[in-house]
Amino acid sequence: MSGSVRKGYVRPLDLRHGQVDMGHGAGGRASAQLVEELFVAAFDNPWLRQGNDQAGFDVGAGRMVMATDAHVVSPLFFPGGDIGCLSVHGTVNDVAMAGARPLYLAASFILEEGFPLADLKRIVDSMARAAREAGVAIVTGDTKVVERGKGDGVFITTTGVGVVPPGICIDGAAARPGDAIVLSGSIGEHGVAIMSKRESLDFDTEILSDTAALNGLVAQMLAAMPRVRVLRDPTRGGLATTLNEIARQSGVGMRIEESAIVVAPQVDAACEFLGLDPLYVANEGKLVAICGADDVAALLAAMRAHPLGRQAAQIGSVTDDPHGFVQMRTRFGGRRVVDWLSGEQLPRIC
Amino acid sequence: MKYIDEYRDGELARKIAARIAAETDPARRYSFMEFCGGHTHAISRYGIGELLPPGVRMIHGPGCPVCVLPIGRIDQAIALALERGVIVCTYGDTMRVPASNGLSLTRAKARGGDIRMVYSASDALDIAGRHPDREVVFFAIGFETTTPPTALAVRSAQARGLDNFSVLCCHVLTPPAITHILASPEVRDHGSVPIDGFIGPAHVSIVIGSEPYVQFAEAYRKPVVIAGFEPLDVMQAILMLVRQVNDGRCEVENEFARAVTAHGNQTAQAVVSQVFELRTSFEWRGLGEVPCSALRVRPAYARHDAETRYGLRYRPVADNKACECGAILRGVKQPTDCKVFGTVCTPENPLGSCMVSSEGACAAHYSYGRFKDIAVVAA
Repeated sequence: MSGSVRKGYVRPLDLRHGQVDMGHGAGGRASAQLVEELFVAAFDNPWLRQGNDQAGFDVGAGRMVMATDAHVVSPLFFPGGDIGCLSVHGTVNDVAMAGARPLYLAASFILEEGFPLADLKRIVDSMARAAREAGVAIVTGDTKVVERGKGDGVFITTTGVGVVPPGICIDGAAARPGDAIVLSGSIGEHGVAIMSKRESLDFDTEILSDTAALNGLVAQMLAAMPRVRVLRDPTRGGLATTLNEIARQSGVGMRIEESAIVVAPQVDAACEFLGLDPLYVANEGKLVAICGADDVAALLAAMRAHPLGRQAAQIGSVTDDPHGFVQMRTRFGGRRVVDWLSGEQLPRIC
Repeated sequence: MKYIDEYRDGELARKIAARIAAETDPARRYSFMEFCGGHTHAISRYGIGELLPPGVRMIHGPGCPVCVLPIGRIDQAIALALERGVIVCTYGDTMRVPASNGLSLTRAKARGGDIRMVYSASDALDIAGRHPDREVVFFAIGFETTTPPTALAVRSAQARGLDNFSVLCCHVLTPPAITHILASPEVRDHGSVPIDGFIGPAHVSIVIGSEPYVQFAEAYRKPVVIAGFEPLDVMQAILMLVRQVNDGRCEVENEFARAVTAHGNQTAQAVVSQVFELRTSFEWRGLGEVPCSALRVRPAYARHDAETRYGLRYRPVADNKACECGAILRGVKQPTDCKVFGTVCTPENPLGSCMVSSEGACAAHYSYGRFKDIAVVAA
């Protein structure tokens, strides 16, 4: 007998017709193969290629920021995006809202037995693309599999770290009376795009989710105006909830102008027949910025020069109000409070 | 948005507001009741109250079907889901209304009840079609606006032989409710709720027409102006009411002429009378028993009547002692008169129905207007 070593053959993952099975979560060969042929292949960077359970990187001097987000969006694929890119954008944005430059992401997946590998590949490729465009690397991760019926296809949790440039101090508690409140663009797109695909609704629309990584816009804003005091992205609960959060954190009130808030006509119409208020509908590619009144012109110029900030506008001002009310002057000319979102936004019946 | 934006024009609003101010008699007060919850919501959301002169006051009426739905009926729906394994389909607004035993439809769902939010009766019918092995009940609430679609769903179920589909009929009627308010001691004898006129409901009137209101206008000598839901509709209607009061007229006028006719949608009315009949009496939350004010399914469609099918009994449940919803629904009290308003009772933790539905007087005031209760220091 010759002593030659015969090369083993490992059948590659059937990414077209295969499905996730319990073996992929067991930690053995099947798990390793899934990680290698799907995740590492798509995310492809030196850390992942090392094959460790963790990623090591040098930490410079200065302030680090960490953020985490779980993603359970349904449906997984929606007009304008999917759970993959959403999970990258969401955490990149949370890090960016501290004024930090996002560097690395960790991604953990909970997969349901039976989930098509073709869909998983689509999601992972979308994540890879989103990460590349945002300039971040997905350096470590985890995969678990749960039995059929115990998970909704896939849940993704991402955690991100970034570093705050010197001289930048951004905090939700930093808004002061007299400050300007700026919104980077039109609201309501993500929520309506999702709703249009919900089972019982299914209406025709060209509305796309606005999901996007905002770190590029933030970098440009801070380069032109380092004195920005507050940054936040109005995700779940919409613009109204975000403004109320900041008002409470800073112990101030706010006055905003409805006519200054941009809502695309299609979003307006969809909200109208669904009985929704665009102020409470989720966004995934917009931000609120607060700065001193003297700084707002420079800030707006910088924002409008960036593709994600073309429709940036000042929507109001911070006021001295111990009760923390966010008041809005309606297009109609009256005044109303813009309160926290109460429960889940449910439409009216008549 | 066509046909909508034009009716939200701020410039026109200011002009109408100026006319209202010019034509109100400074020596008297004007109190108008907007019957319909949709109007309550519009008035709060657009801040119309601020555009009216101090002598004109709006009183919120009981035209919010979620607000007048008694706890006992929600208990019936919850029991169907939790005890009989029925798929209960309901409009979104009803989900959070507090019922007995600390439950609501949302909480019953968390406990395992198969309770699904639908946008229309036909959605519920579709569910019944897709699950022939399950019983499906549509929780049919609402005034005359939502009644015709329910009637069509029942008729359709009959025609298609969808025996697993039935409705829990809690549809109520507008004219008897208005009569009940006008005949109440506070309005009629004590004058403690001064009502000088009514803003008539928009969508209800599309179905029933403007004719049915003539009897109130004549019998009780109160003007009625039917208004659309947009803020300009409401303001125009208020102006028309002010003019009627000044002239001493008690007529039914139709501001919503672009959608409402004298006789209404007669096809819809015919479908409704084919499927439903009048109940002798029905309990309204806050108003008590009101005669001939609600509908039930006719015997010919008994197979699709949840009350018959499941042998349901109605058990009235008293409101929380601190809850003033009853008085607020009748216009006797305002939300701020209620001791628990904004403290224990909030939209997050509603004690009564006025706070749950966004059209309820309390929720509307809390969400949009409570900043007026507290002096706000301007920047």
